[in-house]
Amino acid sequence: MRIGLVYPDLLGTYGDRGNALVLVERCRRRGVEAEIVEVAAGEPLPDSLDVYLFGGGEDDAQVMAAAGMRASSAALDRARGGGAVVFAVCAGLQLLGTSYAAGDGDVLDGLGLVELETRAGEGRCIGEVVVEPDPSLRLRTLTGFENHGGRTRLGPGVGPLGRVTVGHGNGVPESDGATVDGVLADRLIGTYLHGPVLPRNPDLADLLLGWVLGTDALTPLGDTLVEELRAERLHEARLRGRRARRRDRRLTRG
Amino acid sequence: MSLRARVALGAGRAAGWASRVTGRGAGTQVSGRVMLAIAPDLLEQVGSGRRCAIVSATNGKTTTTRLLAEALRSAGIPVTSNHTGANMPAGLAAALGRDPEPRVAVLEVDERWVPRVVDPLAAELLVLGNLTRDQLDRFGEVRSIAVRWREVCGSHPNLAVVANASDPHVVWSVEPATDVTWVALGAPWRSDAATCPRCAALLDWSADTFACRACGFAQPDAPYRLDGEVLVTPEGRIDLDLALPGAWNRMNAALALTAAIAHFGIDAERAAAGIRDLEMVSGRFSTRRLADGRDARVLLAKNPAGWTEVLRWLAPTDTSVVLAVNAHLADGRDPSWLFDVPYELLRGKPVAASGERALDVAVRLDYGDVSHVVERDPLRAANGLPGEVVVVASYTQFTHLTRGSW
Repeated sequence: MRIGLVYPDLLGTYGDRGNALVLVERCRRRGVEAEIVEVAAGEPLPDSLDVYLFGGGEDDAQVMAAAGMRASSAALDRARGGGAVVFAVCAGLQLLGTSYAAGDGDVLDGLGLVELETRAGEGRCIGEVVVEPDPSLRLRTLTGFENHGGRTRLGPGVGPLGRVTVGHGNGVPESDGATVDGVLADRLIGTYLHGPVLPRNPDLADLLLGWVLGTDALTPLGDTLVEELRAERLHEARLRGRRARRRDRRLTRG
Repeated sequence: MSLRARVALGAGRAAGWASRVTGRGAGTQVSGRVMLAIAPDLLEQVGSGRRCAIVSATNGKTTTTRLLAEALRSAGIPVTSNHTGANMPAGLAAALGRDPEPRVAVLEVDERWVPRVVDPLAAELLVLGNLTRDQLDRFGEVRSIAVRWREVCGSHPNLAVVANASDPHVVWSVEPATDVTWVALGAPWRSDAATCPRCAALLDWSADTFACRACGFAQPDAPYRLDGEVLVTPEGRIDLDLALPGAWNRMNAALALTAAIAHFGIDAERAAAGIRDLEMVSGRFSTRRLADGRDARVLLAKNPAGWTEVLRWLAPTDTSVVLAVNAHLADGRDPSWLFDVPYELLRGKPVAASGERALDVAVRLDYGDVSHVVERDPLRAANGLPGEVVVVASYTQFTHLTRGSW
């Protein structure tokens, strides 16, 4: 199992290495050989990886990363054709789409793996997030922390990772008024959640691994500590969510 | 000084006293806020008529400020400083207001506030250390601070600058300044400096210094340079031989000494002797007595660069380690950074995950194969570990643990 950590020096601002560490450790603990393959900035993406992790980064770094990734898009297409998984967070999510706004306001091309576009929004979205994932994934509630200025709109027929119950996620209301986070496509997930997201949500980590290894390989692991952490974070986020809603109601009334 | 300024100082001192005797805090913040509310131009008034040096950085500004103040004092120059680390306008006003004598002011200033205090204080010197990721949820990304520093340097031709030549963000910030003394401190943390601050191309770090092949932006030649335990100066080599621990304090000392020697003209040996025996700065490296009579040493680590330096220092020692982490505003509310820090360096030591975010720490340690216990109270955690214990604490844990020892 080869877990690709793509341009960690450019896309690694928010503990993104943690997602790679979790995937590798959860393989090893099941007796599956796994290694982290770091792709250094400036190098082409190889087509031989099983998972491609794109993390978060600052504006200039995001533009550099996008240039390198677009130059390697044929390799990425070959890898995906062979069943490789893409998991992208924050700036990485924005790069999956057709276009995104750079720090100076210019709109630049993304990788175009899915139809979504990101523009700058007013103010940053910062805080704990709770997401109810798409039911087809059969995952439990997701917990994470977001910190981004982008607003991401999904193209017609493109589905999100889930519905946001606390926080902002993509930050653009859907036609039914719901707020959603990220994107979900064939063996591809993007999200605004860090924390990092995989340590806090082990069944999301196992979903990605299952796409590569098959679900039979995923014997249960003792995740007692993680379960305690999840309970604590979800409780805290829901308290904050309730407080924020009460504040909004007071503001609209008064 | 105007009557209004004198009233402001009196009222501020009274408020600070009230805060201290009622046990609410050190009194510095409330004191300064009261002062500025009464006299908004107080910084100008208390700063005028004295020489003023400003020290800023992501990491090391409190210690560097103290070391520079001690180096000046060793040469017989009386100094006023904000020694409690209250580094925003309220804290600066309180520190200067306490000392109306026109002594030289050596002031630690929060990175974001530097542009707003240079003019009111009529500062003559900026001492700039490093810029790395820190509390991203609160301060935004590294670039935004570099942009503000650069504006200050470009718009103040008479402002002298002593700056770290090894940090690309600092070098880019200081580029427009006309009077610069560079000191090369080395770059142990490069994760925030992958791209060129000038043109955004990839920086080449292969020669252990940075250079941009696209636009030519590169590490400047520095007349002062930290070489292990030695500060190399144009006049010769100075042994630092510090009582303060760790590589990061040698960097702080080299920066402070360069300012003392190059800007204030203090004899190098005398300045170095003046800081050598300092053992504690604002509670950093202080000790707490445990229930069983042992002393635990308390260290502050605020961000990944700081944590990494502390862990490198702890790795070869025999100590037990308590990791005490909160995630309030002043700590950074997003503890994602736990995964940017090489806690694997602690494998084999007795370790406790502690603080309000003990579970985040514990999960990080678990994935790093570092065996540990979980105990939210750091002193109880320390008491449960064998031998010598070091507590490494995030900001609000640190201020709680060291209250009263400054």
